[in-house]
Amino acid sequence: MTAYLLRRLWYALWILVGVNLLTFFLFFTVNTPDDMARLNIGGKRVTQEQIDKWKAERGYDRPLYWNAAESGSAKFTRTVLWERSVSLMALQFGRSDSARSVDIGYEVRTRMWVSLQLALPLFVLQLIISIGFSLLLVFFRHSRIDFWGVVLCVVMLSISSLFYIIVGQFLFSRVLRLVPISGYAGGLDAVRFLLLPVALSLLSRLGSESRLYRAMFLEEIGRDYVRTARAKGLSELRVLGRHVLRNALIPIITSAGSYLPYVFLGSLVFESFFGIPGLGAFVIEAISGQDFAIVRTMVFLSALLYIASNLLIDLMYSWVDPRVRLA
Amino acid sequence: MSFKFVFLWTDLALWALFTALAGYAWHVSRQPQLRATWAQALRDGATLGAGAVLAVFMLISALDSVHFRGALSATQGQAAGVTFYETRATSLLDLLLARPLQMRETSYSAPLATHALIQENFERNGVMVRDVPRLVYGGAHLSEPGRDWASDVLGRVAQGLIGGALLTLAASLALTAGVARGEGSLLARWRAVLGGRTRHPWRVPLLTLAAMALLAGPVVALMGHYHVLGTDRTGNDVLVQALKSVRTAFVIGTLSTLATVPLALGLGVLAGYFKGWVDEAVQYLYTVLTSVPNVLLIAACVLMVQVFLDTHADLFETGLERADLKMFLLCVILGLTGWATLCRLVRAETLKLRDLEFMQAAEAFGVPHLRTMLRHVVPNVMHLVLITTVLNFSDLILYEAVLTYVGVGVDPSLNSFGGMINLARSEMSGDPLVWWSFVAAFGFMLALVLAANLFADGVRDAFDPRARAFRPQRAAHKVP
Repeated sequence: MTAYLLRRLWYALWILVGVNLLTFFLFFTVNTPDDMARLNIGGKRVTQEQIDKWKAERGYDRPLYWNAAESGSAKFTRTVLWERSVSLMALQFGRSDSARSVDIGYEVRTRMWVSLQLALPLFVLQLIISIGFSLLLVFFRHSRIDFWGVVLCVVMLSISSLFYIIVGQFLFSRVLRLVPISGYAGGLDAVRFLLLPVALSLLSRLGSESRLYRAMFLEEIGRDYVRTARAKGLSELRVLGRHVLRNALIPIITSAGSYLPYVFLGSLVFESFFGIPGLGAFVIEAISGQDFAIVRTMVFLSALLYIASNLLIDLMYSWVDPRVRLA
Repeated sequence: MSFKFVFLWTDLALWALFTALAGYAWHVSRQPQLRATWAQALRDGATLGAGAVLAVFMLISALDSVHFRGALSATQGQAAGVTFYETRATSLLDLLLARPLQMRETSYSAPLATHALIQENFERNGVMVRDVPRLVYGGAHLSEPGRDWASDVLGRVAQGLIGGALLTLAASLALTAGVARGEGSLLARWRAVLGGRTRHPWRVPLLTLAAMALLAGPVVALMGHYHVLGTDRTGNDVLVQALKSVRTAFVIGTLSTLATVPLALGLGVLAGYFKGWVDEAVQYLYTVLTSVPNVLLIAACVLMVQVFLDTHADLFETGLERADLKMFLLCVILGLTGWATLCRLVRAETLKLRDLEFMQAAEAFGVPHLRTMLRHVVPNVMHLVLITTVLNFSDLILYEAVLTYVGVGVDPSLNSFGGMINLARSEMSGDPLVWWSFVAAFGFMLALVLAANLFADGVRDAFDPRARAFRPQRAAHKVP
């Protein structure tokens, strides 16, 4: 087990290095820091002095990959690549590139909790409701309820999540005036603001998830152990709830686990539509403000979360199914 | 009138795609096994109906993919033999929609309205009044809108319905003449098609076409005189925008998935075939790619493209060409960032194939690696490529809307569903309520995505029998 963990962590490190190289290549080689400076300072006429000053302020004034002016190992270390990579790996995110340079680390730490408030209840409810709905369809399989249930799922997954948001805001905030249209407040007040985004996000993913889980359940239901369970005289509810559900958990964990990184990162669209100051909204602001430092940090951070959640999923397998050996 | 063709990147790609599709159809018709699988897919009513809807959308985007610039009439002092062209490129669809494109109002107006939505100060009979003004084009032919409007609209709708019905009749006869040849007289076959007694349920696509024709008929009849779906803030016809958005969605849906194929297929087959360090390297590559959330990676790439376009202004002549190049690059980016899923599938399938007897036979005969891969592996993983491509199509159309909302999608100067939703968002929370852009975008997008999903399900069913669990099932006797 320890050896397995160590090996996974070692591999994870190399993946992170790869992600870092990829983003570095995208942000610094495809476009030089000069281009970034020009974009950020704005305006038609930007002098070379302004660019140099901008670069020096942010530490982009060194060579990118190879510093020929230095000697020894400093040829590697006194470069933008080395300095940026090392600080990222040490989770020191520094300040953002834009004129209003914010402390990225501070923003991430405060906004993370907001995202978590939105995404954690969503994640749990999503699992429960989707599994419940798909079990219902499986219980009534080959009947009208199942048929029209799946048709409903297909229609629902054909509707963009943006439509759910717009209709939901229109209906519940504007017409019925039940919840505020957007915004956020700390403490218990947050519930009022989070209710609608959670509900709409649930609805927008219900179709695709339920259909997927239903297919997984149907695959299990043809197995021999199910026939045995029925032959024992168990009720259909018991067969589904105890035997089929448990065995279908592995594929369900795999597919639900892919959402785990977003529990921290939040949903880009939902956060910015509802004005919730989480990490998702942070990224959207950075993209529209063309702040490369923030985007790069978030790419790195999400890769970290993705790797961590994958490891967690694999550990969950052995918990759900004791036959799975981690080696 | 002289003109010159404008070859946009996406135009070329789309036409190449259409040619490839025709080539594939020819290939299918020559291969008995493929033909049987496709025949099975098309035995399903939902698939055929969805196919009919998709075909109509495809026609719209094909019409919108032939661009040209008309010549300007010569002015004085212009050197002989030199012609200047309009700065705007027009497509065939623009020609068809010339009248509604030209009917530009000043601001919002409701569907089929004769008056604008927002009050203005203007002079009437020499007195300044504050009221909603008459529209410049919408219902301008009515002298007394309050009295004539209803009868005029109803009359046109009736005309349109008759036209649509005639079109349906013609289509049904053409279809009957085309399918089920050699089974009695045309009339008998026609009744068989309508009665649902043919091998393929041709009745379903026919009914779908009929529904579309009966919907489109009145729209066409009204289009030159009213704004069927109203106008937006700048007074442009919303229906025209929605029709033009179809091409954008289509381009994103098809080209982006196609862009994933070379990398996914190439690397997947290589990894599965050679195993060892090649496999490790490919797995490492796609793990790195999937570790980053797609939206972020795409955003990063699109920001780069923006800078690239700003510094290379010499690559395009008109604004449309710039926007189009950006969209083309977006497709490439979506392809470069989205190949991991398909690659994983292809790799697993190749690993499975590698242990089969025919592969061992090929190896024993000393067939070179490249030839083995091309002749024996690639044809046997093509069904995965097909399934993934058709499944991705609808996802990407939905994705485009999100990306455009985030600000890294299609250029705002191009019509797109994402852009329409983006505008509709503020309109739906504003006052007075403007709901028509939202409804137009919703209707068109739902029709397109739903049709794509149903079609994809049918194709997946036929090519991968295990996927049948995704589809609605009726009682067992319905399954042949």
